[in-house]
Amino acid sequence: MSRFITQDITRTEDQATRSSAALRTRQDQAAKRTFFIITLLPVFLIVTITVALLVRAWPIISAYGLSDLLLGEVWRPNNGQFGFWPFILGTVWVTTVGVVLSVPACLLVSIYLAEYAHARTRSLAKPILDLLAAIPPVVYGVWGLLAIVPFVDNVLAPLSDRWLGSVSIFSVTQPTGFGILSAGIVLAVMISPLIISVIYEIFSTVPHDLRHASLAVGATQWQTIRNIVLPQVAPGILAAVVLGASRALGETIAVLMVVGNVPNVPTSVFDSAYPLPALIANNYGEMMSIPLYDAALLGAALVLLVVILIFNILSTLVLQRMLRRKWA
Amino acid sequence: MGMKKKYFQRRHIVELFMKTIMRIALVIVAGALGLILWTIISRGLPALSWDMVSQVPKGGYYMGKEGGILNAIIGSAYLASGGTLLAILISLPIALYLKAYLGDSKWGGYVRLSLDVLWGIPSVVYGAFGFALMIILGLRASLLAGIIILALIELPIMTRAMDEVIRRMPAELEHAAFALGSTKFEVALRVVTRQMLPGIVTAVLLAFGRGIGDAASVLFTAGYTDRIPTSLMRPTASLPLAVFFQLGSPYPEVQQRGYAAALILTIIVLAVSLGSRWLSARLNKYTVK
Repeated sequence: MSRFITQDITRTEDQATRSSAALRTRQDQAAKRTFFIITLLPVFLIVTITVALLVRAWPIISAYGLSDLLLGEVWRPNNGQFGFWPFILGTVWVTTVGVVLSVPACLLVSIYLAEYAHARTRSLAKPILDLLAAIPPVVYGVWGLLAIVPFVDNVLAPLSDRWLGSVSIFSVTQPTGFGILSAGIVLAVMISPLIISVIYEIFSTVPHDLRHASLAVGATQWQTIRNIVLPQVAPGILAAVVLGASRALGETIAVLMVVGNVPNVPTSVFDSAYPLPALIANNYGEMMSIPLYDAALLGAALVLLVVILIFNILSTLVLQRMLRRKWA
Repeated sequence: MGMKKKYFQRRHIVELFMKTIMRIALVIVAGALGLILWTIISRGLPALSWDMVSQVPKGGYYMGKEGGILNAIIGSAYLASGGTLLAILISLPIALYLKAYLGDSKWGGYVRLSLDVLWGIPSVVYGAFGFALMIILGLRASLLAGIIILALIELPIMTRAMDEVIRRMPAELEHAAFALGSTKFEVALRVVTRQMLPGIVTAVLLAFGRGIGDAASVLFTAGYTDRIPTSLMRPTASLPLAVFFQLGSPYPEVQQRGYAAALILTIIVLAVSLGSRWLSARLNKYTVK
């Protein structure tokens, strides 16, 4: 045993002889109570955030009704018209494109890292994913602005116009590069470290015996993965995707910088959109000057929060169950 | 040859195909990181100068005149350090409580669930919450409000990262201390925190990196100013917002400085990320194996 711990124990013994056992027990009880109260903080915080947003958004919910707010298509705060529908659809479009672009690649990478890769490849991939996760959203936004927007404008939009122009969701009506596709590409990269690490972790819960049994009867490695491993981890993969989607739903600054911010209902991936988080962040400055504007924006935050809470609770419950699964 | 043909079937081709596209996917993900870094460095480096990191904005800075973003660098350092310190005070007790009293029980599961849910709440919602709270309490944007909101954002990241390492502590160490008559609190404070120090340091730095890069929350709570804050009640600039605001400028010179600010932020965040790796490897030498 190292010297470090040995010294530590001697010190504890010294104190034990100095202070009475009763005092130490009381100290232990006090610490337990204090720690317990601090441990309640996360739950308390979730409730407080929800209640505070609800309280501040209540004026507009009671004035307009929830369905008029959520399904209203016109956003003119100066006229007292607050319809969230274009923003909700913008959020859905951007998130969907991001998830659709991200998930296939993430699935392949995590299967490769979990099942095929050498330890050396794995130890190289980890810092790469860590760095991708560490890059701040605003830097992703700068990258989107400098690299992705011109790429979409100069390469993808003309290509799509030429080959897919007749399909309405790929039609190019306002060629600027700012829009759903650019935001989706940036989001796809942003959420990939999370999705990959979660799927990878789920793959490593499957016991090796199952794989060995399949390989022993002559199945190839891919056959083993497809027929034996994937069915075991399917719910976890779904949960990882939902988790990634909820991360994409709330992404603000990076999306705001490349999505165009036009409050129309989008019909094509090349259209501009105006997701809810961008709406909240873009207008915080003027929201105290127009009646009900602040309530509307905090209401938008509440809508976002409720959807994300549902997504997160469901996927976390599935993941917790899968990671603690006992194998007979 | 005949034998070979017989055994090389369709499934082997599928195997080869899957392996190839998996490798391609890995290259795409790694390539994305390379592309991001290359874009930020190649556009940020030409605009980077000593003035940028050593001066505050002077008159006409936002029209392309002299000055730098020292206000944002110092502001971000204050915000992220303050937020991280505050978060440690809450995270460490929770992680220790989870280890000492809850373990893998049902209640431990609930606490972890609530932390994971908090982790998922986007920073713009934290920002809006902070804003709502400030209206209710009649406060204005300040360094203190920014620090508190960042602490809340860092809290679940730090706690869960600590929890993951503390959980993996060898039980024998605890048992040895308990056998000598230690209370749970003494074990948590004197054995667990020391043995798990490398993991705790990693968790703290991970949260710090998240805090210093967060823009949406400080937008609502810390405000923005050209001056270096002298008190907790003053508003403060921050690096992410310096990037964001300068990119929104119509002046090319100011946009260039936005790229340089993005490079500075990237360097800080990557240094923290790589530094935590190095530091935890070094500290690992002093733990019981």
